[in-house]
Amino acid sequence: MKLTVTLERENSTQNIEFKGTKVQDLLDFLKLSSEEVLIVRNSEVLTEDEMLSEDDLIEVLNVVSGG
Amino acid sequence: MDCFKCPEKAVITLQHGSLCAGHFITCFEDKVFKTFRKYNLLRQNDRLCIAASGGKDSLTVLYLTKKFLQQENIPTEDFFALAVDEGIAGYREKTLVDLKKFCQENNVPLHIVSNKEEFGSTLDEAYPKINKGTSKKPCNVCGVWRRYLINKHARRLGATKLITGHNLDDEAQAILMNIFKANTQIAGRLGPITGVNKDGLFVQRIKPLYFCPEKEVRLYSWLKKFQVQYHECPYSAEGYRSAIQDLLNKFEQKYKGTKQGIVNSFLEILPLLKERAQGEIKSCQVCSEPANKEVCNACLLKQNLQNGGLNEHL
Repeated sequence: MKLTVTLERENSTQNIEFKGTKVQDLLDFLKLSSEEVLIVRNSEVLTEDEMLSEDDLIEVLNVVSGG
Repeated sequence: MDCFKCPEKAVITLQHGSLCAGHFITCFEDKVFKTFRKYNLLRQNDRLCIAASGGKDSLTVLYLTKKFLQQENIPTEDFFALAVDEGIAGYREKTLVDLKKFCQENNVPLHIVSNKEEFGSTLDEAYPKINKGTSKKPCNVCGVWRRYLINKHARRLGATKLITGHNLDDEAQAILMNIFKANTQIAGRLGPITGVNKDGLFVQRIKPLYFCPEKEVRLYSWLKKFQVQYHECPYSAEGYRSAIQDLLNKFEQKYKGTKQGIVNSFLEILPLLKERAQGEIKSCQVCSEPANKEVCNACLLKQNLQNGGLNEHL
């Protein structure tokens, strides 16, 4: 699956390609714990079982405070 | 996945089910208000100081404390925020911008104190000198000076309670850190309401977000549209706490309820730890602030700074 992902912590946007269809697959690909981030699509927070679609614009927001 | 209370789409999966945005907000607020009530965190005539940084935890606790006071018909005039500018370039000035805006929007007076004014140096300037020749990280200096300034100025401004934004993750991390380092004396100072000594020098600390996991705090602040920008302290990854945080998050992902379990177990033994932690609070010979030795840790660090890091290390 191909997605565009904006990573809040890195302040960067990347086009990525990974195997899978769900939010949890994306988290696994990014090596992130669901405890550490919120996944947002079109101003909606997604749970880990949510299905993703090709060309979705995803934001990865950090849960952990920066200091 | 749908909310287990209605047909709306869920925004979070909790240990006992998933919730939509509306039900999550209600559930989160109820949890905070229940903590206020269960632990009698406030009295009618308290003058409240919120220790604030501009991050999600302090903005959330500030907002919800005010909401709770209004709900309970407690006057909100005796309520102010206090921030410490440690002097961390590229970091603290940004969070203080968020904090000033939030306090203005919510009509909460804000006081800012700084390491530079109190100790003559910013954290960036001080820690390389204080920790010279050691492998210690800036966090030891930052923590001691920050706690010192918050307590001293909250008391100076007449606060009877100091409210902090500590959440469930912070507490679970602190409990593990104290266990790993066998700091039972320090562990006795934890809990939703602190103050092992009813000494006039210490302002009692309360933690209304005590049972709120960090993820829920971030979600709440995001859903409520608090303008929380992600700013990372340049020193944050260096501390011992960061390693514990990673460990706990990995565990929690695999075994939901781990952090809550740690805190619940700890609360069972806390009365015993508090008994053990009872001890005489001295007054620092240099600054008259509370100390457990003749000279408080903040003054020892200041002396180290003045002597180029050659004094006794803490």
